[in-house]
Order: sequence, then structure tokens, then C-alpha cells
Amino acid sequence: MTVAYHKKPVLWDVDYDAPANKLIAIVGPNGAGKSTFIKSCLGLIPKASGLVEFWGQPYRKVRSRIGYVPQRESVDWDFPVSALDVVCMGRYRRIGWCRPVTRKHKVAALDCLELVGMRDFANRQISQLSGGQQQRVFLARALAQQAELYFMDEPFAGVDAATERAIIQVLRELKNSGKTVIVVHHDLQSVPEYFDEVILLNMRVVASGPVGEVFTETNLHKTYGGRLTLLSEAAEAIARTESGV
Amino acid sequence: MPLRIPILFHANMQHSIQEVTDEWPRMSEIIETVTFRAGYNTGMVIGGTALLGLAAGIIGVFALLRKRSLMTDALSHATLPGITLAFLFAGTFGLESKSLPVLLVGASVTGVLGVICVQLILHHTRLREDAAIGIVLSVFFGAGIVGLSYIQANAPGDSGGLNHFIYGQAATMRVGDVVLMGSIALVAIMATLLFMKEFAIVCFNDAFARVDGWPVGLVDLFMMALVVLVTVAGLQAVGLILVVSMLIIPPVAARFWTDRLSVLVLISGIIGATSGYLGATVSALFPRKPAGAVIVLTAGCIFVLSMFLAPKRGVFAHAIRRVSVRVKVAGDHLLEHVYESRQSTLTSDDFANFARMQGWSPLFQLLIRFALRRENMLGSKTRREIRVTEAGLERGARVSRNHALWEQYLVSHADIAPSHVDWSVDMVEHVLSDELIHELETALRNQGVDFPPSLEGVG
Repeated sequence: MTVAYHKKPVLWDVDYDAPANKLIAIVGPNGAGKSTFIKSCLGLIPKASGLVEFWGQPYRKVRSRIGYVPQRESVDWDFPVSALDVVCMGRYRRIGWCRPVTRKHKVAALDCLELVGMRDFANRQISQLSGGQQQRVFLARALAQQAELYFMDEPFAGVDAATERAIIQVLRELKNSGKTVIVVHHDLQSVPEYFDEVILLNMRVVASGPVGEVFTETNLHKTYGGRLTLLSEAAEAIARTESGV
Repeated sequence: MPLRIPILFHANMQHSIQEVTDEWPRMSEIIETVTFRAGYNTGMVIGGTALLGLAAGIIGVFALLRKRSLMTDALSHATLPGITLAFLFAGTFGLESKSLPVLLVGASVTGVLGVICVQLILHHTRLREDAAIGIVLSVFFGAGIVGLSYIQANAPGDSGGLNHFIYGQAATMRVGDVVLMGSIALVAIMATLLFMKEFAIVCFNDAFARVDGWPVGLVDLFMMALVVLVTVAGLQAVGLILVVSMLIIPPVAARFWTDRLSVLVLISGIIGATSGYLGATVSALFPRKPAGAVIVLTAGCIFVLSMFLAPKRGVFAHAIRRVSVRVKVAGDHLLEHVYESRQSTLTSDDFANFARMQGWSPLFQLLIRFALRRENMLGSKTRREIRVTEAGLERGARVSRNHALWEQYLVSHADIAPSHVDWSVDMVEHVLSDELIHELETALRNQGVDFPPSLEGVG
């Protein structure tokens, strides 16, 4: 897969080639363009110039092989649907235009809810779920898409410990079944533990590659500049990498 | 139809005031009209308007969920210049200037133009949507009024019926017009039901829908087209000022009753149809009374009732829930107090003292005692004291223990000074789940902090 584009205001000359079957984290400070990066890849934001290709093809042709978890805050959670209804949306493109959601698809959606530990909440109205549960519903919907490549925008943001465990377990299962997952991530400490590859982003790609090679103090310093609080966090994360956790 | 059409508003109002002296219809007339037996024409008008209400209620749900409700207001006001232009220029193209389809096509064109103007303003300036809608709405409507007065001055004989489009007059519609309105409504209903799934995914999460391969722009356009269709179809019966209410009020009222999209569509449709039916009926009983106003008032009443009475989302239900939580917390405090004073009864002096310290009003005190007695927490009562039951003491013990657990957790884990702990504890202890209590115990045990023994030991 080749992702290469150049967008003046937020992202400059981003050039990245994602390896298949890896868990990839996109890391960078606030306003570094992490979400923009994902959205541009998916054609949600027009790019000034450049080229995004998936398996050597333009995005339009391979849409059915791509799954997406948007940021939780991007939707109105008071929408009149249940958790199951939301997950069923992941099946819509299989169902096709104007056809009703059949039992078969509902069963498939329930299985996806089961995978994220949310089966018991299937009939709950989505506003009655906690933030972490809402995030898991979004993840289940992406699973229902049965894609090969997933883009996830901050799935770990503001979630409880149970949700974090559920998400990371799902990510590992996805990897074991040969999928690739690209995740916008904000917690530096867990990067070495959760991910294989990392893209350090701050309006440009500072460094990218396997976590062991790229996730170094120098690179993090370059990404985060001189922000002291983040540096100390980063130093701790590096210490953990080096001690082989 | 030898009807004088006054264009100016105050003239029109005088006209209406004269009509108030119309005789009140006889009971038999009312019953006939209500049951569709007051003649073919009237029956058609009532049925057609109800169908329009149904369509508006259904498509309105998606306008609401897509947060486009106010946009429909700009749309409906922007139809007026189109109507006048179509009236003025139909002759030039060899068309009958008073034919409804011609006027409605004109209305659609400027209506859509109005929506496009709002979008352009939003896209190219820093104005917000409310301002953009306000500008477009008033300017287009003003242009329409200018057009109307021009027609009034230059072709007064012909202009009959044009200002029906402002207020709407269902009763004077011709059968052909009603059939047109009803067919448009039917098409809109069928299209909405057919594309409900696509509309839902776009309304809920357009970014996801786009990634998932749905043509979001096209679906949006189609939804807007259905809104335009219903608006334009309703112009003659309901009038352009009020037609928008048929799109907004039913879904908003229906939203109070359900959390399911399909049920929402159903209820909203029923509210719309009921309003349309009543509006047209009243308009038929009092000739030349504007149906639009009655439709809006009906829908408005249903909205107010829904807002207050709906079982889960209603204002009353909400207030009851809030009070009952407060009563429960207060009851907890009372039982905790009894448990901690190592007694099994509550003297009335003690209760009065405690109530004063807590700042409970007399009514609230009654509520607490009523609630506790209903849950069998309080037992028999004499003049001087109230017996607290076994269950009541147990609940007091549990609250007391939760309180202590949480307090110790805050002191040992959150570095909060013991003197500052109490106020934050007060609410939390009532909402601790069993799972959370277990976690607290584990956390405290790991820290080697002493905590109160479990209830089995207290029992």
C-alpha cells in the first residue's frame, strides 16, 4: 500500500508505506494532523495534492475492503437507534440499496457485539451507554464491515479500563486473522505494548517504521518539541521498551 | 369564483374578522364532515390534507435528524417569488397562468434556489446557519410580496387564489389540485420508507456512510428533494408560512415517545396526519378559514402534551425521576443516621432535628417517610417514635459502610485531605455498584488500609 500526499495547511509531504498485517499507531501532539491524515486517506477531506493507494488501487475500487471507526464525538448519541441498530449499519453495504436488514445480518451484528463484550446491551438506546460502551459499539460496527484494513480514530480516547482491554483484544484478534489496523493513538506509554509499527506525526512524518527502531527518545523529542510534560511521559515509555516489556 | 383577493395583510385580517360572524355549523354538519360524508369535494380535501400531514411527518423525521429543520423554513418562504414569477410568465410560454402544476414548479425552483443561497452564504462567509437562513428567508419572502402587489396592481381580475399560498385554504381547493397534492404526498411517503435505511446511516454518521461507500451527497440531495416536494405540495392547503410546521412539529413531538427510529417515523406520521385531518375539517366547516393555522395549533397541542406527559423523556417523568433520586438519597442518610446511632427506632425529636440539619422541607420529610414505609424500611409508628425495620437497618449499615470505604479510598488514593473528604463522599456512596465496591475493597486491601468488615460481619 502506498499512501503519499501533500497538503499544505495541516500536513506536509506525508509519505508512508504501511506494511500488511500489522497494528500501526499514529502518534503525535494535538493538532499534529493525525485525524486529518486518516480522513484524507479515506477521501473524507480533499487533499491539495498527492496520491493515496490501497493495494495499488485507488480508494474507490477497494472501499469494500476498508473499515472505519470515527471519533466518538463525531456523532449525536441521542439518535433514536439501539446499539444493535448501529452495528447493523456496518452490514448495510452487504445488504444493499433499499433492502431490509434481515435476521441473518442481525445475527452477524450480534456476534460482533459479543466480540467487544456488548451483547447484553444490544437493545439499549445508544445514549444510555457509557462513553466506553459507545466506543465498543463503534468498534463492533467496524467489525461488522468485515474489512481487511481498518482505520480507527482515537478508539482509546476517554475509555474505561474494561473497554481498553476489550479493544486491544479485538485488535490482536484482527491481527491474528491477517488484518491491518491503523490507529490514531494518544497514549505514548502503551504504544510499545500494543503496536508493531508507529508513525510519528507532527504536520509531517517525523519517523515511521517498527516500534523498536523508530520509537526512540530522539524521534519523540522531534515530534513533541520541547514539551516537558510529554517528554517525561515519553522517557518512561522508552524505558519500558528497552526493558523489553 | 367571484372572490376578492385583498393583498395587504391588514385588509386580509379584516376579511377574516368578518368571517368570524359566520354561523356556527350544525352538529349534523360537523359529524358529516368529520366522517368524510360531507360531499365528494370536501372528503377529498380532508383525505388529501391528512395524507400530506402523514408525508410531512415521515420525511420531517429525517430533516430533524439531519439537523435541517430550520432549513425547511427558508425553503418554504423562498417559494413565494417562484409562485408570482410563474404566474406572471406562464403566459409567455403559452401555459395557463393559474394552473397549479405551473405555479408549483415555479415555487420549487425558487425554493431550491433559497436553500442553495443558504449553502453559498455558509460556504463563503463566516456567518452561522441561523443568520444565513434569516437573511434568505426574509429577502425571498419580501421579493414574493413585491411580486404579489405587482400582480394585484396590474392584473387584479386574474390573481384569484394567489395569496392562498401564504396562509393556505384547504376548503377552496379543486379536486384536481387535491389529487396532485395527495399523489405527491404518496410518492414522498413511499420513497422515504423505501430509503429509510440509507437515510438513517447518512443522518447518524455521514463520514462512516461515505467510507462505507454510500453516495452521501446524493442521498442528502434526495432527502432534500422529498422535503421540497412535500413543502410545495402543501402550499395551497396549508400556506407557505405554516407548511414548515408540519415538517418540524410532528417529529419533535414524536421524539418524546420513543427511542426507535421506525416507531418515531410511525408516530410522527400519525401526528402529522391527525393535524392535517383536523385542520382540513375545520377549514371545511368554517369556509375560507385557513387550515394551516388549525393544523399548526393541533400539532402544537400534541407537542405540548408530549413534552409534559411522555413516559421517559417528558418533563414530568424527568422531574419525578429527579425527586425520587433525591428522596432515595435522603432516605439513605436517615437510615445511616439511625444505624450509626445504634438504635432501632427513630424518635420524632430526633427526626425533626435531623431534618432541620439536612434542610428538608416539611413536604420533603413526608415524601421520605412515605417512600421508606412503602419499601418496608420503616415500620409501625407511634406518636413519639417510628420503628426502623430489619431491612431499614441493613440498608443503613450498607450506606454507612460504602461511605467509609469511599472516604478511605479518597484519603489513601486520591490524596484528598481527610477534612475535605466528606462533601464529595455524600453523593457517591449512594450510587456505588456492587462491582465498584468490590474494586474499592481490593484497592484498599492491596494498600494495606483498614476498612470496615463486610456486612455479613455486621448483620
